[in-house]
Amino acid sequence: MTIDWSWIGDHTDDLTTLSVSHLQAALSAVFLGLLISLPLAVIAHRIRPLRGFLLGLSNVLFTIPSIAIFVLLLPVSGLTRTTTVIGLTIYTLVVLLRNTVEGLDSVPAKTKEAAKAMGTRPLRTLLTVELPLALPVIMAGVRIATVMSISLVSVATYIGDGGLGQLFTDGFQRNFPTPVIAGVVLTLLLALVADALLVALQYVLTPWTRKRGA
Amino acid sequence: MPDTVYELFKNLGVWLTSGEQWSGADGIAHRLAEHLQYSLLATLIAAVIGLPLGLLIGHTGRGAFVAINLASFGRALPTVGLVVLVFLASGLSMWPVYVALVALAVPAIVTNTYAGMTAVDPDVKDAARGQGMRAHQVLFQVELPLALPLIMTGLRLALIQVVATATIAAYVSFGGLGRYVFDGLAQRDLVQVLGGAVLVALVAVVLDLALSGLQRALFLPHSRLRSSGGTPTRPA
Amino acid sequence: MIQFEAVHKRFPNGTTAVHDLTLEMPEGGVTVLVGSSGCGKTTTLRMINRMVEPTSGTIRVGGKDVLAQDAAELRRSIGYVIQQAGLFPHRTVLDNIATVPLLLGWGRRRARARAAELLETVGLAADTGKRFPHQLSGGQQQRVGVARALAADPPVLLMDEPFGAVDPVVRTQLQDELLRLQKELSKTIVFVTHDIDEAVRLGDRIAIFRTGGHLVQCAPPAELLASPADDFVTDFLGSERELKLLSLTSLKDVPQTRATPLRADEPVSAVSGDGGRWRLVTSAAGRPLGWLDTDALPATGTAGEAPLTPARALRDTDSLLSALNETIASPSGCVARVDADGAVTGVTAREEIHARAAAAHAAAGAGAARTADATRTAHAESPSFATTATPTERPA
Repeated sequence: MTIDWSWIGDHTDDLTTLSVSHLQAALSAVFLGLLISLPLAVIAHRIRPLRGFLLGLSNVLFTIPSIAIFVLLLPVSGLTRTTTVIGLTIYTLVVLLRNTVEGLDSVPAKTKEAAKAMGTRPLRTLLTVELPLALPVIMAGVRIATVMSISLVSVATYIGDGGLGQLFTDGFQRNFPTPVIAGVVLTLLLALVADALLVALQYVLTPWTRKRGA
Repeated sequence: MPDTVYELFKNLGVWLTSGEQWSGADGIAHRLAEHLQYSLLATLIAAVIGLPLGLLIGHTGRGAFVAINLASFGRALPTVGLVVLVFLASGLSMWPVYVALVALAVPAIVTNTYAGMTAVDPDVKDAARGQGMRAHQVLFQVELPLALPLIMTGLRLALIQVVATATIAAYVSFGGLGRYVFDGLAQRDLVQVLGGAVLVALVAVVLDLALSGLQRALFLPHSRLRSSGGTPTRPA
Repeated sequence: MIQFEAVHKRFPNGTTAVHDLTLEMPEGGVTVLVGSSGCGKTTTLRMINRMVEPTSGTIRVGGKDVLAQDAAELRRSIGYVIQQAGLFPHRTVLDNIATVPLLLGWGRRRARARAAELLETVGLAADTGKRFPHQLSGGQQQRVGVARALAADPPVLLMDEPFGAVDPVVRTQLQDELLRLQKELSKTIVFVTHDIDEAVRLGDRIAIFRTGGHLVQCAPPAELLASPADDFVTDFLGSERELKLLSLTSLKDVPQTRATPLRADEPVSAVSGDGGRWRLVTSAAGRPLGWLDTDALPATGTAGEAPLTPARALRDTDSLLSALNETIASPSGCVARVDADGAVTGVTAREEIHARAAAAHAAAGAGAARTADATRTAHAESPSFATTATPTERPA
């Protein structure tokens, strides 16, 4: 199995377009996932009975195969980018919800008590004490959700989207490995770079977690 | 739109429950058996590879870096791409399917085994050594039993992911429940596509519930040790 | 006996944990290793059963070089108790205790029988055996830890801050229990703690370590308290060093005067002032009730009904420290002495106790020949108990 470098040279524009489209789908899903899971996590954290229900539901969603999710969405949103993003968002929800709840749980009761004792109102405590302290765990979830989404976008190739995933179908149909290899490598690369950027972002956002002298 | 959706689900119900759909070489029963066969064999192979690796990393405390990055890599690796790639390299065989499924399952098994091993209280390991247990006795009499709940979680998550992903076997012209999805997509028969997807999802959810129930029953005696979450690499 | 000979331990990261240690831990005695964190006391303990390997030097247990033995077999012959007990959470209490017998191949039945016997030895109910460790309290877990270490009846017991994680009340109980067990079993015990009071309570010998793994002084507690080798030890022993010394000496050798106490049912009209101003009143069983002021006797009633100043009875096993406290509380300046049943045997005046305290001090000080002179001068400057005594009326 050899790589046809000239094909890659001829298709740099296509590869760039597909990478951008791939990343766009994945990042939109993570963004939407965060938007939905943050309030849900706060509710699950505060209201015990809802917590088991929400986490259990999200666990069940996680076991549904991605191809099944995309297909199940077809009657609703058809062969569109919307289907891809909704499908991916459902998966990010699982990780983001669980990590955000765990992050909020990990905030020491004494710290919350101290905030309350100094007269901070609940909403302010949430925004200025709880969420910042939960950030490391939430960010871990964001990293997992991002890498996962980038990898999963290519599944949407079956429903006519899929960013770099289109290279797999293309190579498969023409019995030509080069686009497949390019697709796999680029997907891994995008995941790696996105993960590294998120690590850097977390470093900037949570100075208190850095080791001494760093 | 609501009318068509209603019609669709009505047809789906008929498709799922009709007797002829269940029998024969292209019947649901046969496809289900194929699907489970691929999944169980792939998970078994992954366990043979992943368990010793996870136990070794956890016991020696060396190679934690490998375990963490393996999980990340497993999460980032696009399964479709991998299947196609191995297919193009090896021709028409079950290889692409098994390679892809095993590659998906190994990280989940290794990371959860490793996590289970590192979660064992260092004081307990110290005490075990201090009482005069040899390395293999510490591993098999103390670390392994204590890590077992998380190891089981890892195996369960791996199996569920594999079941969900085994759909892909049909993409490279093999059987399993994925057949309906890909045939349906090719024939523009949405009912069949949905039927396949629903079946795969059902198998995955039922297996997950059954296995987690079994796990709960097995580890009741020292219930405080029962693990919750566990880390799947990603959905399939 | 455990012998350390020029033992050195340097960790791969370059820190020296134990520096040129030569030390003997006597057979059948409790040697306590104390010092602040990072002083090498735990490393020293863990080198005995080879949980840590020395960089150089020789360690012998019962005359045999530990490095010449198989590590796992060596550990099975040495009891090992750690903080938080380190019990196996997946095994019942009974199976936890049976660990070493099972490793030694005793067979399950015999190992379980031995474990059940040990449950009783460490003061746990038999039904505790069927439970899992997390169902026990911290103190109970620690007892199981001790039982597990004793299971194969090893001559040597290593205890690494075993009572560090339990509350002070339970800790005192566990210490008492250990002392009781030690009286029966006479193990060679090496005990690590950072609590000097625990060391003084439990140790036959105390070894004080300084950061960097240096042994500063090793001596019996009384000697250590009477004549600390240097400022570091003095600081470590704390400002109540003199009091701790007094708490170590028992009342046993302090003479007592025969007392003629008043019975509680004697009428006050019969009481004369001949026996001094303060008279001890006892119950019918001879237990001390309190001191009666003969200068302020009520007109009628019995001695038991008259207002009494409470008296705390002291047994021979009580310390000089508690006796001194009582002489301060007692209006007569005397303490009531009782036998094991709590019946009054006599009284002892403050001066006698002071004299005994001074003698104990001198004896302990003389034990440390090297520093004896320096200590004696130092003590001449500090207020001596013998000279601060004031004459008091002596009843009877």
